[in-house]
Amino acid sequence: MAKTHVTTTINGEPTEFLCEPHQTLLDVLRDELGLTGSKEGCSSGDCGACTVTVDDRIVCSCLMLAAEAEGHSIGTIEGMAQGEKLHPLQQHFLQEGALQCGFCTPGLLVAAKSLLDNHPNPTETEARYWLAGNLCRCTGYDKVIKAVMGAAAELRGETPSQARA
Amino acid sequence: MNHVSDPKKLKVVGTRPIRPDGADKVTGRASFGADMSLPGMLTGAIKRSPHAHARILSIDTSKAEALPGVKAVVTAKDFPEIASEEAFVGEGPMNFRDLSRNCMARDKVLYEGHAVAAVAATSTAIAAQAAALIEVEYEVLPHVIDVEEAMADGAPLLHDDVFTAGVSPKPEKPSNVAKRVEFILGDVDAAMKTAEVIVEGRYTTKPVHQAYIEPHACVASVSGDGQAQVWCSSQGQFMVRAYCAKLLGMELSDIRVMPAEIGGGFGGKTLVYLEPLALALSRKSGRPVRMVMSREDVFRATGPTSGGVVEIKLGATRDGRIVAAECLLKFQAGAFPGSPVQPAAMTAFACYDLENVKVVGFDVVSNRPKVAAYRAPGAPISAFGVESAVDDLARALNMDPIALREKNAAKDGTKAAYGPTLKDIGFVETLEAAKNHPNMQVKLGPNQGRGVACGFWFNIGGESSGAVHVNEDGTVVVVSGNPDIGGSRASMAMMAAEVLGIPVERVRPIVGDTASIGYSFLTGGSRVTFATGMAVSQAAEKVVEQLKARAAALWDISAEAVEWCDGTAYPAGPNAGEFEPLPLAEIASKSGRTGGPITAEVSVNAQGAGPGYATHVCDVEVDRETGHVTILRYTAVQDVGRAIHPTYVEGQIQGGVTQGVGWALNEEYIYNAKGLLENPGFLDYRVPVASDLPMIDAVMIEVPNPRHPFGAKGVGEVPIVPPMAAVANAIRDAIGVRMHDLPMSPPKIRAALDAGELPMAAE
Repeated sequence: MAKTHVTTTINGEPTEFLCEPHQTLLDVLRDELGLTGSKEGCSSGDCGACTVTVDDRIVCSCLMLAAEAEGHSIGTIEGMAQGEKLHPLQQHFLQEGALQCGFCTPGLLVAAKSLLDNHPNPTETEARYWLAGNLCRCTGYDKVIKAVMGAAAELRGETPSQARA
Repeated sequence: MNHVSDPKKLKVVGTRPIRPDGADKVTGRASFGADMSLPGMLTGAIKRSPHAHARILSIDTSKAEALPGVKAVVTAKDFPEIASEEAFVGEGPMNFRDLSRNCMARDKVLYEGHAVAAVAATSTAIAAQAAALIEVEYEVLPHVIDVEEAMADGAPLLHDDVFTAGVSPKPEKPSNVAKRVEFILGDVDAAMKTAEVIVEGRYTTKPVHQAYIEPHACVASVSGDGQAQVWCSSQGQFMVRAYCAKLLGMELSDIRVMPAEIGGGFGGKTLVYLEPLALALSRKSGRPVRMVMSREDVFRATGPTSGGVVEIKLGATRDGRIVAAECLLKFQAGAFPGSPVQPAAMTAFACYDLENVKVVGFDVVSNRPKVAAYRAPGAPISAFGVESAVDDLARALNMDPIALREKNAAKDGTKAAYGPTLKDIGFVETLEAAKNHPNMQVKLGPNQGRGVACGFWFNIGGESSGAVHVNEDGTVVVVSGNPDIGGSRASMAMMAAEVLGIPVERVRPIVGDTASIGYSFLTGGSRVTFATGMAVSQAAEKVVEQLKARAAALWDISAEAVEWCDGTAYPAGPNAGEFEPLPLAEIASKSGRTGGPITAEVSVNAQGAGPGYATHVCDVEVDRETGHVTILRYTAVQDVGRAIHPTYVEGQIQGGVTQGVGWALNEEYIYNAKGLLENPGFLDYRVPVASDLPMIDAVMIEVPNPRHPFGAKGVGEVPIVPPMAAVANAIRDAIGVRMHDLPMSPPKIRAALDAGELPMAAE
C-alpha cells in the first residue's frame, strides 16, 4: 500500500514524514523520526508512557494513527526543555527524586505540563486525577505529586509552602 | 575500612544530591531496551501457543519463510537440547533445561503464550504476518490452573519426569508437586497443646505480575565469526550472558552484553525470554535483530509471582506469648518448578522470637507462565497469612497489635526458624517508631479502620565488582557491573565521593558492560548498595592509598607520612615535613610523572548483609455499598541500616507499599475454563494509579550494619511484605470482617459483608 505523506509540526518544527496507513503516531515518532523519548508500555492507551500533546491536548500517541497528525501541532518530551534549560517540572522531578527507572517519566512530564498549562493552581487531588492515566510502578506517585505541586507553585511565583493544600 | 564509627562526619552519604542519570531521564534521552537501533536491523516476532497445554505434532514454517522480507525463522530445532542442570546465575531456583524450554517450547506447550517459533523480518508488519503464517499442529491436552487441583491425584501432569523432591522414599510416580520444603524449630505439636488461645486461618493469594512499565526488549547482533553483542534491559548483564551462552551453546567470551537503561524489573527481569531468540535469529540471518514484547505477551508469557494457599495456626498464652506457630504453603510455580515457596517458608515467622515453629511448603507446577522473582519473592504471600493471623490473635487476646508484636519480636540473638541467629537487627525499633507515629493518633470515623502488619526480608550480598578511575583533571569515573534499577548509580557515586573526600558532582558513575568490568551477580535481593557499594568503597580506598603514595613521591617522603582529608593530601604532622597540601586534582594532573594512571578495581563476594524489617500502619475507609476500599493514610517504618541517598530509600519504600496495595486490592490473573488468561492488559489488570493513593509516609530507622562501610542494609524488597496484611487488618478493623482471599476487590468485600463473615478465633 502506498505510504501517506503527512505535514505536521513537532515541538515547533515544521516536519514532514511518510507513514504506512496502519502506523501509529508513536511508531512514527520512535521509528521514523528518532524521537524515542515517548515510550511504548502497552499500545492500548492504558499506561500513558507515550503521552504527547496534539494541539495542546494530551493524547496517548499509541492510540492515534500517524496520518491523523496532518495539519496538527505535536509536542513531545523532547520539546519540553528550552535548550539546556530544563522546564521547572523537569527540575522538580530531579530535586524530589520523582523517578526511579525513568521509563514512565517522559509521559508523566508531558501530562503534568498539560495540567499546569490548563490549571496552574491544582489541588493535590486534582493533580492525582489528572495523572491517573500515567502508570508508574516504581515511585508510588508520592514524589511525583510533590514535584508537580512544587513546580506549580514555582510557576505561580510562590514558595512551595504557599501552595494549596 | 569501616566508616560507620562516626556518622556525623559523613559529608556525602545521607545527603540528597540530584541523581547523575536524572537529566537524561527527564528529557527523554535515556536509552532503554527498545530504543537501540543498528544499521540493517531486522525486527523479530514470536509465534505463541493458543492453548494452555498441548503436544506439538508439527511446525510448518515454509509459508513464513517464503514471505518476502522474512530473513530467518527459528524453532526449538535451532537450539541445543540441554540436560537438566541447576543454574545459579539468576534470582531463585532455575534449571537451564527448563529455561531453554520456557524460551522456546519443545515437544509440548505448557501455557497459553508459550513461544513455539520466532521470525525476523525487515519490518514489524512483515514479522507479524510471518508469525501468523507459521502453522503449528497441536494435540490439545487436559490442563490444570489451580494449585490445589494440580496437587490432586489424577490431575493432568505437566512433566513426566518431575518427582516430588524432599520426601522419602522417593515417589515412584511423577507429580505436579516438584518439591516439599520443611523448616522446624522445637516441638510444635506439644507446644500447641499448652496454648491457652489458638487462632487459625486459611488464606489465598492470586498470581500478580511485576508489571514494570517497560516491556522486555533487546537487540542482538552476531558477527560472521560467531561473536555476539546484545543490548538489553535486564537486571544483570552477566546473567543474560550466562543464560544465552548456555541456551545457544556459545562461549561466555563470545557474548558481550551491554546494559540498557531498565524500565523497571522488580525481579521480573532476572531471567531471559527474548535474548536467546534474538541471538538465534541474528546468527541465522546475519543481521542485527530487535525484539520487543507487547504488553499482552508480557502478561501471558513472563513473570508473574506465585499465587498460593497459606494455612496458619498460632497458639499463645493468655498474656500474649506465642508458644507455637504452624504454616502450610502451597505455591504455584507456573509451568516449570521453581516457585519462591522456600523463601516464603523461611521468612514466614522471621519477625518473631519463637521456640516452636513448623513450616511446610509445596512447589507446584500448573499450566501458567513460569513464575519469576518479584520483590522479596514469596515473603509477601506467607506474611499475608501470618500477619492476618497475628492480628486475629491480638483481637482474641484483647491486646494492642503492636504490643503483641513487641512481646514476641525477634531481636539480636534470636534464633530464626530458618537457621541463623539474628544480629544487628532493628525490628523492635520499627515497632516503637510506628507506635509513636502521629498516624496512630488520628481519630477514625465510621467504616474506617486501622491495620498494622510487619515484614522481614533476608537481603543478600554476593559477587560484585567496582572500579574507580581518577581522570587527569581530578574528576572520577566509577564503573559497576550492576544495572541501576532504582538510583544505585547515585549511591555508588556518593560512597566513592565520601571515601575520596570530594564533592559527588565530581564523580561520574556508569554501569559497565560484561567486557569492561569484573563479574557481578545480578541486581536483585536488595544487594547492590550493600555488595556493589562495598566493592566501590574498597576500590576508592585503594585509590586513596595510591593518591597518598603519589603525594609522598612528589614530596619525597614516605607514604605513611601522608594524611588524606577532604580530597587533599597533607603531611601527617610536623615530623613529615613542611609541604603545601596537594588536592586530588593536582595529584591527578601529575600522575604521569608519579607512576601513571591512578585507578583501582575491586571484586568482592560480600557476606553479612543485614536483614530488613518493616512495620506498616494503614488506615482505610470501606464503602459498604460498593465494596470499594480507599487508602486514607499509610505509614511505612523500616530499618534501613543507613540511608545512603535517603530520597531513593524513601522511593523504594513508597513504591513497594504501592505495589503491595495493588496486590491487596486489585491485581490478579484471571483464567477462563480453557486455561486462557482473560486480562492480559493494564485495563483489566489494574495496577494502582495516582488517584488511588494518599501520600505514603516512609519513616527510615537506622540501625547500621557493621559489615558495610557505611552501615547500609538492603531496602528495596521488605516494603512489599507487610501491605497485604496491613490493608486486610485495616478492613477487619473498619467493618468487622476478616478477608482471607486476595485481591480484596469490591465484589469480594461486598460478598463478605453480605455473608457477615466473622473472624476465625477459637480457644
